[in-house]
Amino acid sequence: MKIKTKPYGEIEVNEKQKLCFPEGIIGFEGISYYYLIDSREGPFYWLQAADYPELAFLLVDPRIFRKDYKLMVKDSDLQALELEMKEDLLDFAIVTVPEDHSKITANLMGPIVINKKTRVAKQVISENEEYTVKHYMLEEMKQQKEKILETG
Amino acid sequence: MLVLTRRHNESIMIGDSVEVIVVEVKGDQVKLGIRAPKNIKVHRKEIYLAIQKENINASKSVIDKIGEIGGIFKKKNEKK
Repeated sequence: MKIKTKPYGEIEVNEKQKLCFPEGIIGFEGISYYYLIDSREGPFYWLQAADYPELAFLLVDPRIFRKDYKLMVKDSDLQALELEMKEDLLDFAIVTVPEDHSKITANLMGPIVINKKTRVAKQVISENEEYTVKHYMLEEMKQQKEKILETG
Repeated sequence: MLVLTRRHNESIMIGDSVEVIVVEVKGDQVKLGIRAPKNIKVHRKEIYLAIQKENINASKSVIDKIGEIGGIFKKKNEKK
């Protein structure tokens, strides 16, 4: 089926890409259905609201810029996803791209978790208090590279 | 706003299912225990507001430059 998307206009999607956020995304509580779309640019994904073409979030796997990233969320949050197996869990961070795109940030405080099998998803709050809503991706990636060089 | 005075180990009930207990009082800090059903979300307000604000920022991302940034990062290793 075809849907209207913010990044690519009208594109073909599969029902299997449709995710249900029963509680919505924080600040967008009334909107439950999104499509997960592979981005055409680099390591990103799009979370496109099914019924609102103008609403889409850019997602990234935080491990792309932080190898040490660990998803730490409350058990009750994961229980809400009714995961049968750990392998069914998919997690992302929402990305913000400002006018100066070198200042691209990822929100590690409010990750998105998805049950791949049931396609139920939720925005949760990280239990790791070091994580903030703005991690400068390019900077952190650079720091990580330097760290690797230092330690050999 | 309803204002109640509670002491250490005393609690209040909100509806039939939510209980808020004063666990510890130390200087200007109050430690609260919250007993609530799983479907009721309990968060520190400032964290909730920070995430809400950042989600709104994210929804206004400048998307025409994403191609340029995308190239900087490694390609996805495996398709999810």
